[in-house]
Amino acid sequence: MSAEVPLWEVFIRPRNGLAHKHVGSLHAADEVMALNAARDVYTRRGEGNSIWVVPSASISASDPDQAGENFEPGDKIYRHPTFYEIPDEVGHM
Amino acid sequence: MYSQGLIGADGRSEETQAFLDAFQKRIDAEEKIEPNDPMPEGYRRTLVRQIGQHAHSEIVGMLPEGNWITRAPSLRRKAALLAKVQDEGGHGLYLYSAAETLGVSRKQMTEELLDGRAKYSSIFNYPTLSWADIGTIGWLVDGAAIMNQIPLCRCSYGPYARAMIRVCKEESFHQRQGYEIVMTLAQGTTDQKAMAQDSLNRWWWPSIMMFGPHDADSQHSDQSMAWKIKRFTNDELRQKFIDATVPQAEYLGLTIPDPDLKWNEEKNGYDHGPIDWDEFWRVVKGHGPMAKDRVKARKKAWDDGAWVRDAALAHAEKRRARKMAAE
Ligand SMILES: [Fe+2]
Ligand SMILES: [Fe+2]
Repeated sequence: MSAEVPLWEVFIRPRNGLAHKHVGSLHAADEVMALNAARDVYTRRGEGNSIWVVPSASISASDPDQAGENFEPGDKIYRHPTFYEIPDEVGHM
Repeated sequence: MYSQGLIGADGRSEETQAFLDAFQKRIDAEEKIEPNDPMPEGYRRTLVRQIGQHAHSEIVGMLPEGNWITRAPSLRRKAALLAKVQDEGGHGLYLYSAAETLGVSRKQMTEELLDGRAKYSSIFNYPTLSWADIGTIGWLVDGAAIMNQIPLCRCSYGPYARAMIRVCKEESFHQRQGYEIVMTLAQGTTDQKAMAQDSLNRWWWPSIMMFGPHDADSQHSDQSMAWKIKRFTNDELRQKFIDATVPQAEYLGLTIPDPDLKWNEEKNGYDHGPIDWDEFWRVVKGHGPMAKDRVKARKKAWDDGAWVRDAALAHAEKRRARKMAAE
């Protein structure tokens, strides 16, 4: 039986002005076939006007166990605007 | 989805009660579980089995309808059926890719389908004998699938839920084009109406069996509900489907082949007659009229496609080598 066909992650931009968004993955031998397959599988109803395909093996992901340490603002409330008191007289800031 | 690193890896986690409790707490708080999150092995296994089975059903489901594409009665019907069958192929692929995030490869799943270890929905082991069956499948089989799939859009496992949202968006066209086919026949000549009735007679019971055994006899149900993989029980979904479908049949002037079917004011739903579970289990165990043909057709497609997969990989390799030489 044939070797494993590589896995690709597919990103689609719904329209200009928006970012590409991850929509799923697929198997394809190379980037040309991956783009063709992505068009057939993920854009049958005008879901976008631009596709990126990235080899899944090239994605480095953060460790979910570290999510707390990495992403919780925790005690760093001074990073938020409401931490600072500005008198009403100053107006909207 | 970010599965490559997981494929073949041992997903086992040491499951102390504290671990299981912490996981359940996340589920109860309606948190989504994502691919690399810690999860009980049973949760992972359940999802692999369910999503794999679901993916296989989409792919095998292309066969009974595919065989009518060349015989569709008009270009309009042919274009719609072609688009529907292509959608089902897409559904299979979204689902295989969701299952792959759990550390199983599509190749592995395909092999399990071909050697009979993996199951698919038994509804596809019934034959499509007339054009009316294409209408009835869209109306009832896709209709029943929608009932099942809408709550799956809120499933606790993120990649499965996201795949289901895409699938559900596409399914509504499937059901409507099917109902339109049946409606055209039901409002046509006497023979055409008889063809629609005959089709409903054959597909009604298999369709309501699609929701699976009664709650009292359903093995995996409680745990799947607790893990919020499932949101409604088999009987609840079956009831919703029957209540939605009976008026649709009435509108067409077709008779649902269940003499015991009647409105129950008290429960605000229909009561139905006994389901032939012997037939259900016979078909699940692979004795459906078309079971052998379906797997044979998939096996042939897989074997006949081997040279294409090999050629694609060889071509990709050649291009890579040429590109490297040029750099
Ligand atoms: Fe589908
Ligand atoms: Fe469908």
